[in-house]
Amino acid sequence: MRGYGRAPREDRSGAGHPPRALVVALLLACASLMVLDSSGNGALDPARRVVGEAVGPAQAVADGAVRPLVGLSDRFESQDDLRGDLAALEAENADLRAQVRTAPYDAARLAELEGLTSAATDLGQALVPARVIGVGPSQSFSSTVTIDAGSDSGITPDLTVLNNDGLVGRVLRVTATTATVLLIVDPDSTVGGRIAESMELGFLKGRGVLGRTGRLDLELVDETVVPRKRDTVVTWGSPTGDSPFVAGVPVGQVVSVYSSLRETSQRAVIDPFVDFAALDVVGVAVPSGTRSDRAVVEADGSLR
Amino acid sequence: MNPTVAARAVLATLVVGVALVLQTTVFPHLAWHGIGPDVVLLVVVAGGLARGAHFGMVLGFGAGLLLDLAPPADHVAGRWALALLVVGYVAGRVRQDAPAGVGGALAAVAACSFLGTSVFALSGLLLDDRAAGIPDLLEVVLVGVVWDLVLAPFVLPAVTWVLARLEPDRVPAR
Repeated sequence: MRGYGRAPREDRSGAGHPPRALVVALLLACASLMVLDSSGNGALDPARRVVGEAVGPAQAVADGAVRPLVGLSDRFESQDDLRGDLAALEAENADLRAQVRTAPYDAARLAELEGLTSAATDLGQALVPARVIGVGPSQSFSSTVTIDAGSDSGITPDLTVLNNDGLVGRVLRVTATTATVLLIVDPDSTVGGRIAESMELGFLKGRGVLGRTGRLDLELVDETVVPRKRDTVVTWGSPTGDSPFVAGVPVGQVVSVYSSLRETSQRAVIDPFVDFAALDVVGVAVPSGTRSDRAVVEADGSLR
Repeated sequence: MNPTVAARAVLATLVVGVALVLQTTVFPHLAWHGIGPDVVLLVVVAGGLARGAHFGMVLGFGAGLLLDLAPPADHVAGRWALALLVVGYVAGRVRQDAPAGVGGALAAVAACSFLGTSVFALSGLLLDDRAAGIPDLLEVVLVGVVWDLVLAPFVLPAVTWVLARLEPDRVPAR
């Protein structure tokens, strides 16, 4: 038992100034981490994976706990365009909704999964369904999300991620139960794109803003071609799926075009079809016949 | 390493882990234009205010490292570690210079939130890693500060209480 006296003075001294050696050591540690990681040879990937294995399940549990609440609140506070989407969805699924009127949240998710099934048949690709369980904050100035499917579900880095609206991004790295996805609106993301109407090729770069203002820049290879407003852009990719993006996934629509004299190329601004602020159910395009611990939506629309 | 230090480290890891899950999984649902509160940064500020610069710095480094490595982070690792290290140090100095009341604590939160996000953003500009334009950057930083101020009255007392459980006689003298 401690007496009535005050705590010894030296007890408090430790709380004050950190030793100079510690300051230097920690600053050096930060600097060396940055150097290691920006050298780009994946020196920190094992560490990222270990942390991911630990944090992933916790994120999945927390997500499962808050999701029903969020599903309810969305009905009251969604943005105008989300309301529009919701109305369209509701009209499409009126009969479906009638059967499950007691659980509107389940119905919405079912509709998304149904959309995913039709996306799989449209593209002729097998899809592993997954849900977004973690979102990087805008304060990190990067647009990455965690999904709840990992290597156990047959997911490997560089696979294409999409939902029923269009292209979402690609898988950066996986743990056993989760995967990190780089969204196409991230400034680091480059996607080979093709204007559907004219088949012209170009590159899509993200601008790094989520939500309604999320936009992509399209730079065409052939600078003489002027894209028109409302042209649709799809991924260029390879039909065999050996490059990161599968071919023919809708990405977005041209909203404005401007030419730069200095860079001798046309730039178009693309409004993506996917609403990145409200990502939920996504599909990861996997080769047909992939072994997975969950149901895979096959290219013919069947579940396996 | 004596048992108290070990227990404190385990406890701090736990608190930071919970904050990380809240920040990446729960608050994105409430985020405004994708900008949510930095719960981890608040924990570091609370640690610094409660324990001083030394503890704040070490806590900030550890928490930042976790934020750098945990999914869905993909920026150059070490950037949040550096930013939160500075935050922990500054919060600790605030505590030393003047015993922070409610107003002082909120001012410290606002200053640290601004500082932390700015250091992170500037390190991005220097490393050429996902640099954003200055207007975007300011918007993100300022909205982040507002978020953090809103959340501070909940996070700060909770973290201070958890840290005080370990060593009751370290509670600031009244």
